[in-house]
Amino acid sequence: MHVFAELLDRLAFSPSRNAKLRLMRDYFRSVPDPDRGWALAILAGGLDLKLQVRKAITELMAPRVDPELFRLSRDYVGDTAETVALLWPQADVDAEPPSLSEIVADLDGADAARLTMLLERWLDRLDATGRWALLKLVTGGLRVGVSARLAKTAAANLKPVDVAEVEELWHGIAAPYRELFAWLEDRAEKPDISNRLVFRPLMLAHPLEEGELARLEPGEFSAEWKWDGIRVQLASKAGEVRLFSRTGDEVTGAFPEFGDEIWGDVVLDGELLVVRDGVLAPFNDLQQRLNRKTVSKKMRADYPAHIRLYDILSRGGEDLRSLPLDSRREGLVEWHREHQPGRADLSSLVAFDSFDALERVWSGTRENGIEGLMIKRRASPYLAGRPKGHWYKWKRAPLTVDTVLMYAQRGSGKRSSYYSDFTFGAWREGGDEGAILVPVGKAYFGFTDEELLALDKWVRSNTTERFGPVRAVAPGLVLEVAFDSVHASKRHKSGVAMRFPRIHRIRWDKPAGEADRLETLVAMIEG
Amino acid sequence: MKLDPHPESWIYPDGQGLYCAPGRFHIDPHRPVERAVVTHGHGDHARPGNARVLATGETVEIMKVRYGEEAGGDLQALPLGEPLTVNDVSVRLAPAGHVLGSAQVVIEHRGQRVVVSGDYKRRRDPTCAGFEPVKCDLFVTEATFGLPVFRHEPDETAMSRLVGSVAANPERCHLVGVYGLGKCQRVIALLREAGYDRPIWLHGALIALCELYERLGVPLGDLRPVMGADKSELAGQIVMAPPGAVRDRWSRRLPDPVSVFASGWMRVRQRARQRGVELPLVLSDHADWDELVQTIDDVEAGEIWVTHGREDALVHHIGTIGRIGRALALIGREDEDD
Ligand SMILES: [Zn+2]
Ligand SMILES: [Zn+2]
Repeated sequence: MHVFAELLDRLAFSPSRNAKLRLMRDYFRSVPDPDRGWALAILAGGLDLKLQVRKAITELMAPRVDPELFRLSRDYVGDTAETVALLWPQADVDAEPPSLSEIVADLDGADAARLTMLLERWLDRLDATGRWALLKLVTGGLRVGVSARLAKTAAANLKPVDVAEVEELWHGIAAPYRELFAWLEDRAEKPDISNRLVFRPLMLAHPLEEGELARLEPGEFSAEWKWDGIRVQLASKAGEVRLFSRTGDEVTGAFPEFGDEIWGDVVLDGELLVVRDGVLAPFNDLQQRLNRKTVSKKMRADYPAHIRLYDILSRGGEDLRSLPLDSRREGLVEWHREHQPGRADLSSLVAFDSFDALERVWSGTRENGIEGLMIKRRASPYLAGRPKGHWYKWKRAPLTVDTVLMYAQRGSGKRSSYYSDFTFGAWREGGDEGAILVPVGKAYFGFTDEELLALDKWVRSNTTERFGPVRAVAPGLVLEVAFDSVHASKRHKSGVAMRFPRIHRIRWDKPAGEADRLETLVAMIEG
Repeated sequence: MKLDPHPESWIYPDGQGLYCAPGRFHIDPHRPVERAVVTHGHGDHARPGNARVLATGETVEIMKVRYGEEAGGDLQALPLGEPLTVNDVSVRLAPAGHVLGSAQVVIEHRGQRVVVSGDYKRRRDPTCAGFEPVKCDLFVTEATFGLPVFRHEPDETAMSRLVGSVAANPERCHLVGVYGLGKCQRVIALLREAGYDRPIWLHGALIALCELYERLGVPLGDLRPVMGADKSELAGQIVMAPPGAVRDRWSRRLPDPVSVFASGWMRVRQRARQRGVELPLVLSDHADWDELVQTIDDVEAGEIWVTHGREDALVHHIGTIGRIGRALALIGREDEDD
């Protein structure tokens, strides 16, 4: 536990992705099974304990720390688990600290009384960092800035292999992942998961670059809409159904309706949407269904989930991923005709004979819920990750608006000495001078390093007020902001919320008074 | 036991600071006064412009480096342990273990002994004399870390984490944010004791006091100015700078710095995170909770006045051990160890 606690502590304070990867890889390399496997399970979010320890902690602290001192400490630290970790009197016995595997095994099925006893024994044998890690671990409050994918990437770096290979295995293997580490360390063959219902890493598209179309041969490509939902994978076999997000997280529990359908033995790739009486609902409706562990009947009725199918990866136990797209499409159509699922339909192809014609079709389409156009090579196999030259995502030309810089905040990590997070506003009627700025969005990318230097300098010399890491600036710099779409929002003072805003151009030349007005943005709201 | 006359009749805070009436002097006044006894050179204790100053020789030298002409009118050095009669009281300075030159002021008057400790710590410090507990009737203590959550890690642990991180990141530099007087030189000296003999690079603002420490007999090894150094030269090196410079544009000249901060505040995660610290070290020149409690035991004083920091918890503790504790708010004292 001691080494794992050190790792968590360092991860919590390391801002950079690379530093985190290195810390985890070094840990996996130096710590033996099964501890490192449990650590991987914890970091990848697979060991969510959420035990109720409040009562146990109160009982344990009462004889150890004066209640008034505990209260003052708790007020100062602001976190009960951390306060207990810091206050717990260092037991001076040189007892061996508990190992991570010992903790995981002992917690299994422990009742309240036993939990109190275990906690006391472990807290006595750990140092402050170890106590903090233990308490955070059992209460499910461990936040060290590591995503499941990053933890799996660190494990994959042992061999090294692409993280997609680890993700593909993930749902077919279990903690403490001995067989996974054996393979990553070249001591064994890759674990065989052919009989298990697992996630297969998705194939992703590249954004279409300027002028790239001219180099492509239209006859070699097919086109279909990219729907504005959540990319998912549905795997089914022998009556069991599992739904995975694009990163391989299982989301079956949030969408139980898919378990009611008969899918057969199949793995499908599609877009998760909310479709009500055959009509596609806005993205906002889908958001009501996300990040839920359980779903009420009412939720299911009000926001019915639906999958629009793009691809088929396996059918009747046969892996189809090496087949060309055209053949897989045929297989998908055939499978769909055979099963007629009520909660899934086919994403239809867009016919075209030249890219110019395709562009005309697209610009004439005003259907809701289209995020872009996919152009896919007909001969492409289904490849994990983002392989070059196969799939392209053609996004609509972004919308832009001229805004005025209002606030700047210091960034984090490498950018911590720069003002790199910008809040910008649009003009609205009001104030003494007839017009005031209302913040309409925030952006922290879209500029080059040189532009960042210039922006930082401008912010420092035009500051009017400072609040901690934030500076307010005089209204004097126009930022042309690009964004994908804008929506009405009750949560924002301006009444609008932009999707994916980024700094498109810095208009050093333009007077702030000539920037856009809020009405311009309101007029761009969709639907 | 009741003290007669009660010391509060002859030593008390007034508009300028803590005043000793029969001695006609202030201790660490925050505004210029006729006569000041200064415990140590930190800015919130040693202020410029007093007509007469009494302090250890080292503190006098530190004040001269920091304030130049403004250090004060008459600067009188009093060696540690040597008694001096000042008007109707006897004054002696005892080591406080806080920074070079730091002292407690031991005042005797009409059979009573009052000790004003200034800032202090109990653990060993290679750059200054160690704290000497003086038994007294009234003890005036600081409480910067006056909460039981504050327990500093052993110096060796902090140093081995720093040296270990330097070794593990050869392409990055380690930027250690330190207070210019005391913490800077102590971290350097501890690194030297830990066997780190490579050059240590200094921000310009730290150079004068490091030179003074060396002049006063505290060896610090190979020190070099960051100014003028090549960026690539600083990879895998330790750079020291005042905390302000760490987050300033100044730090851009350094190769992908790991931000290190050595302070007692680093014990609390939220404090470390607020500062954007990547490697927090729990190292301080102030007593931690256990040291405060230990010291109150050691000096055997029946009454304890708590001057600055988190007084509530310490005053509460003093009550629970059957002594009299009072919070003594002194203006002009800041949270140190920053
Ligand atoms: Zn001080
Ligand atoms: Zn102080």
